[in-house]
Amino acid sequence: MKQQEVLFQYLLRLGDTNLILGHRLSELCGHGPVLEEDIALTNIALDLIGQSRILLSYAAKAEGQGRTEDDLAYLRDVGQFRNLLLAEVPNGDFAVTICRLFLYSAYTCELLTLLCDSKDEYLAGYAAKALKEATYHLRHSTNWMVRLGDGTAESHHRLQTALNRLWMYIPELFDGDAIDVQLQETGIAPDPNVLKEKWNTRVNAVLAEATLNRPPDQWMGKGGRDGIHTEHLGFILAELQYLQRAYPGNQW
Amino acid sequence: MDIGILEKGFQQHVDAEKKIEAKDWMPEKYRNTLIRQISQHAHSEVVGMLPEANWITRAPSLRRKVALLAKVQDEAGHGLYLYSAAETLGAERADLVEALNDGSAKYSSIFNYPTLTWADIGAIGWLVDGAAIINQVMLQRTSYGPYSRAMIRICKEESFHQRQGYEMMLTLCNGSPEQKAMAQDALNRWWWPSLMMFGPTDKDSPNSALSMKWKIKRKSNDELRQDFVDNSVPQAKILGITIPDPDLKWNEERGHYDFGTIDWEEFYNVIKGNGPCNRQRVEARKTAWEKGRWVRDAAVAYADKKKNKEKDAA
Ligand SMILES: [Fe+2]
Ligand SMILES: [Fe+2]
Repeated sequence: MKQQEVLFQYLLRLGDTNLILGHRLSELCGHGPVLEEDIALTNIALDLIGQSRILLSYAAKAEGQGRTEDDLAYLRDVGQFRNLLLAEVPNGDFAVTICRLFLYSAYTCELLTLLCDSKDEYLAGYAAKALKEATYHLRHSTNWMVRLGDGTAESHHRLQTALNRLWMYIPELFDGDAIDVQLQETGIAPDPNVLKEKWNTRVNAVLAEATLNRPPDQWMGKGGRDGIHTEHLGFILAELQYLQRAYPGNQW
Repeated sequence: MDIGILEKGFQQHVDAEKKIEAKDWMPEKYRNTLIRQISQHAHSEVVGMLPEANWITRAPSLRRKVALLAKVQDEAGHGLYLYSAAETLGAERADLVEALNDGSAKYSSIFNYPTLTWADIGAIGWLVDGAAIINQVMLQRTSYGPYSRAMIRICKEESFHQRQGYEMMLTLCNGSPEQKAMAQDALNRWWWPSLMMFGPTDKDSPNSALSMKWKIKRKSNDELRQDFVDNSVPQAKILGITIPDPDLKWNEERGHYDFGTIDWEEFYNVIKGNGPCNRQRVEARKTAWEKGRWVRDAAVAYADKKKNKEKDAA
């Protein structure tokens, strides 16, 4: 694959994941467990969608076909989305919402730290900015992991259940393929194995503090990065893309 | 001290345009009126998140999505400031929330109408935030210090919301015929409920006189409503859409627009809980609160455990 095509695909993976997770969190706006948390989750949704705009705009530029961030977000179908499956998981109860955010933010914090040294200057600049936001997301979700894990019997049970449910989506985070290899060789993106080690250290520490058991690793099929998604993504896109599909070509 | 002397001193203080602060003596009725008004205002901010949040996941571009998310987040922030202002008067936020959830507290009737199209989000910004600003600009000068300061902070954000909503309407009105029709339809549905936001006519709002005397309010419902109509007519003209009122016309003598009669039967029904979305709105708040109970309990339990551990260590 040509370098620009590889970069395009890589940016879609990052941008799509942020867009879909931001979409999930935005579904909760107005429905949080307490007003302060409503504000916090909306804020995080805003950060993630804001980040996806930067990434998708840059992806469109790398692709060089004159598409825009909105063309990519609104006019691709399920099979062309490249997000991690973890992002698609429905919000469930607050334990699932927080656990999903924690597992993902622990990943992006490590990823963005390493991307700050990317040979791609634009990506490095993006990473420096996004890392500040991701650090806040990780802190916020970590605080809740500990409070819920070590709170009441009910909160502990709910969080452990959420963790067990989400664990099947973790291997995908570190599942390197030809795109990762090529970008790693050119110094643009980090080695997924390095990421995995750092992620494990961080996550294990929080799980211990939260008195949670780390679920056993399990097999899972390939997915999001090849366009094979959960059943949920079609519904997410039906909602997200509705106006652009119903009134093609209009400016809003 | 004699209550008559206290009341006299209070009124002199108010008449001298000095602010009443939380620790100052105030008539019980002043306190209760303010608690009711400020908490209703806070509830309106929070319930008002719902009709707009209804379109966040369907916003037609990422730019619009981010702007709408930020707006709804602002409204949640307004709710927080206002609950805090009510707490300075001795109210408890938990009780106020409880009253909202059990349906006994009121909030702005406008949020009991449904958002059916994307243009409704533009119309809310333009008209509903626009009406809120007219009320809130007045309240910046309200006699109760904490409320006044909350309003000053909030007004800046509301005018940004209003401009943003109007700009959305402008984009629709300059867009395809379908988009312009969408904008007209939204104006048709939101115009009259927006006029109702200012409350009953002066002759039907008995508490207003006292609120004016205490300078909680400085303009009557009808005066505020007139300001809103006068502001909105030229704005609709620029958009090129028609306000759904055949009686609307400029009155040279008064220097104001005359407008038709509001359907007060509808207004009182919506206030009573019979509006198109009253039940859904209260239910959504209640569900969020009840679903969040175990989360709030866990936070308290964890904080207690931590405190005990620290005590043991000391
Ligand atoms: Fe507001
Ligand atoms: Fe507003």
